Amino acid sequence: MCYDVAIIGAGVIGALTARELSKYNLKTVLLEATNDVAMGASKANSGIVHAGFDAKPGTLKAKLNVKGCEMMQKVCRDLSVPYKKNGSLVVAFSEEEMKTVQELYERGLANGVPDMKVLNKDELKAMEPNLSDDVFGALDAESAGIVCPYELTIAATENAVTNGVEFRRNFKVESIAFEDGVFSVKSAEGEIKTKYIVDAAGAHSDDIAKMIGDDCVELIIRRGEYFILDKAVGNMVSHTIFQCPTKMGKGILVSPTVDGNLLIGPTAEDIDDKHNTATTADGFNTIKTYSVKSCPAVSTRNAITSFTGLRAHPVNDDFILGPSKVNSQFIHASGIESPGLTSAPAIAEYLTDIITSAIGEVKKNDEFNGKREDVFRFRHATDEEKMTAIAKNPAYGRIVCRCETITEGEIIDAINAPAGARDVDGVKRRTRAGMGRCQGGFCGSKVVEILARELGCEINDITKFGNGSNILFDKTK
Amino acid sequence: MLNYDLVVVGGGPAGMAAALKAKECGVDSIIVLERAEALGGILEQCIHTGFGLHYFGEELSGPEYAAKFIEQVEKTDITVKTDTMVLDIDGNNLVTAVNKADGLLKIQAKAIVLAMGCRERPRGALEISGTRASGIMTAGTAQKYVNLDGYMPGKKVVILGSGDIGLIMARRMTLEGAEVKVVCELMPYSGGLTRNIVQCLDDFGIPLKLSTTVVETHGKDRLEGVTIAQVDEKLQPIESTKEYIECDTLMLSVGLIPENELTKNVGIGIDRITNGAVVDEMRQTDHKGIFACGNVLHVHDLVDYVTLEAQIAGKGAADYILGKCDNEPCYVNTTTGNGVRYLVPQKVNINNKEAVKLYFRVGRIYKNAKVILECDGKIISSKKKVKLAPGEMEDVVIPADVLAGMTPESSIVVRVEE
Repeated sequence: MCYDVAIIGAGVIGALTARELSKYNLKTVLLEATNDVAMGASKANSGIVHAGFDAKPGTLKAKLNVKGCEMMQKVCRDLSVPYKKNGSLVVAFSEEEMKTVQELYERGLANGVPDMKVLNKDELKAMEPNLSDDVFGALDAESAGIVCPYELTIAATENAVTNGVEFRRNFKVESIAFEDGVFSVKSAEGEIKTKYIVDAAGAHSDDIAKMIGDDCVELIIRRGEYFILDKAVGNMVSHTIFQCPTKMGKGILVSPTVDGNLLIGPTAEDIDDKHNTATTADGFNTIKTYSVKSCPAVSTRNAITSFTGLRAHPVNDDFILGPSKVNSQFIHASGIESPGLTSAPAIAEYLTDIITSAIGEVKKNDEFNGKREDVFRFRHATDEEKMTAIAKNPAYGRIVCRCETITEGEIIDAINAPAGARDVDGVKRRTRAGMGRCQGGFCGSKVVEILARELGCEINDITKFGNGSNILFDKTK
Repeated sequence: MLNYDLVVVGGGPAGMAAALKAKECGVDSIIVLERAEALGGILEQCIHTGFGLHYFGEELSGPEYAAKFIEQVEKTDITVKTDTMVLDIDGNNLVTAVNKADGLLKIQAKAIVLAMGCRERPRGALEISGTRASGIMTAGTAQKYVNLDGYMPGKKVVILGSGDIGLIMARRMTLEGAEVKVVCELMPYSGGLTRNIVQCLDDFGIPLKLSTTVVETHGKDRLEGVTIAQVDEKLQPIESTKEYIECDTLMLSVGLIPENELTKNVGIGIDRITNGAVVDEMRQTDHKGIFACGNVLHVHDLVDYVTLEAQIAGKGAADYILGKCDNEPCYVNTTTGNGVRYLVPQKVNINNKEAVKLYFRVGRIYKNAKVILECDGKIISSKKKVKLAPGEMEDVVIPADVLAGMTPESSIVVRVEE
């Protein structure tokens, strides 16, 4: 058996590309090195749908950002993923920075960004009263939004699998051979054959490309640290607040999340180890210093957690998309740093066009259904919906996560979904159980129990995030 | 919709004692809503002894202490719904709850007693840098794994925070064959009971490092070690004192936070220090008919005091329901003086004919100090104390005759004098 396409890496790019490919009669497999989807940059980024004024006109980043931003609302609606068009503000703190704001405005116009406005201080403060008194003005881009990046990845994978894509987890690619027009992709879990490869392996995409002898993917791994603050301060600002960009990126932002928390970060630090997702004391201090510059009332006393994301910064500063010069059946999807999440739906289309054109005659998948089945969310349901749901499945009547009001029924659904959760963090990302202010203190052990029961294993087999991250040891004496 | 005179939110020691007291005082219909599968609250996983010395005069385990109240509840006609989570309380005392059997429940109450207890502060609130490997958990979660599930959550353990649960777990893990390498405490004193330091650490030779914290966690999948460091007077880590300790588990016992989400939703005033509701001597909040007691009101050191407080709230709720409440209370606020972190109750109705006991905690360790109660500038009582510690609750009584002589302009101050 030979696949038409193997996508390496189940991040947001891999997942949305898999879904896009499932619109065609192609045998597609989505290969993931870890125990779940969205385990790299897709689970640890700002979750911002950028308007598209940052990238240089004419670049892939510029083109795909604006297009992706347009597409995002529909994609999220189809996939039942929360999205909010909250608008973004790039805030200036001096006359000098107002020049940058003006430049961004003009670049935005060149990139085709709609609904932008340069605001003076009064207009800005009227819009966001909790901003610092030191602001001069801002670029307001109303087309920007926020989305939950891992939920988008999970939903896209689920929908892709429903539409016939195969998903293989813990398939860490170790080598790739090419013979008679077919790739053999090997991992400790076995080997698959495929005609095309999409290299969407994020920070590891350079290593994958090297496996076919292509060393043109040059990445710098940039570490970004964040704090998530309690929902009690989630409405401190309504827009995503950026400071003026520097050569290291878009700087420290203050933004509501689509789930109602406040996000502050990221730092930007180039590192050598692409596995190093540790947070640092220096990073914490940087976030504190810069976030209070935008919003003086922001305090990490309200932090409920912190995390680090690694972004794969391409040396040439643009997305690397398209066939490899070494082998045209190997398609790069590398260097997807910001605005990668925003661009993802557009990148998925872009890559799918390349593949379908290369293959030539490809029939549409008539059975494709782009709508993900509605996911029952107790916390968002009306009283009537709650009663109906509990009557149908009593497990929706048992609250497991108190902080976020997540029911046992939702957790069972998350485990049994296509490409469902296999570990505690997987349940957390799918349901939000453990995402609240107690961070799983009460529900963590219950989630472990439910996972063991649903997966038919012992509770000490259950991991936090796959291989080696077991939570419990042996039985007590 | 259901109608009950009294809805008690939480079936732990506080909720049970409040319900029982209200019953004893003549309240007809009472319902206790408990989110766990059984009554008892956190006591169910506290299999160590030390409970009940004050209230029952005997040393009981947590489940034994709870059982005494569960048995009493079962003898009454108090309705109990377990596995039932309260989702909301509105301004008209309408309680919304949910469970598997009944679905969504709407219960109209005349009075409500809040007894939701508290939760542990998680890692996220601590700014410990490093990896997010498995093996980092609160001491209470670890306690549940060991005592209720029967599994070991770790073999080489470092504990951060010397709160009572951390101390108890140091002993428990040692007895189960784990190696507890050290208990680190950020402050220059322990937040736990002296008896627990002696019985859980000293007796097992487990070192307690004061003014020391965990600054970084290591290990990609499972925790492999932590870096600890001493802290200066501003509680900042001292670089030169950093030390790596190999371990597979980091347990956190760094403070308890009353679970007041429901309370806040009603709009009830919260004390900034206790993180619990502001209450009067009957434990009534600023929302008429809603009372609070136990760890949801302020974190207690001993369950015995929770029981006593819950009985006050239960009686208060009964008086309210039976129309025996003072409808025009005249409140005087209680004020914290030197060394006193908080006082509960925060206000006292001076029309009250009975003496009122004020509970408080001090901000640091004091030796040979005096606890002084001062009303209207006059020293009412001065009690000598060999030792005062933040880990132990203290109390002082305002005598009935002093209250009787007060006016709305009066002052009540509790302070510590060295």
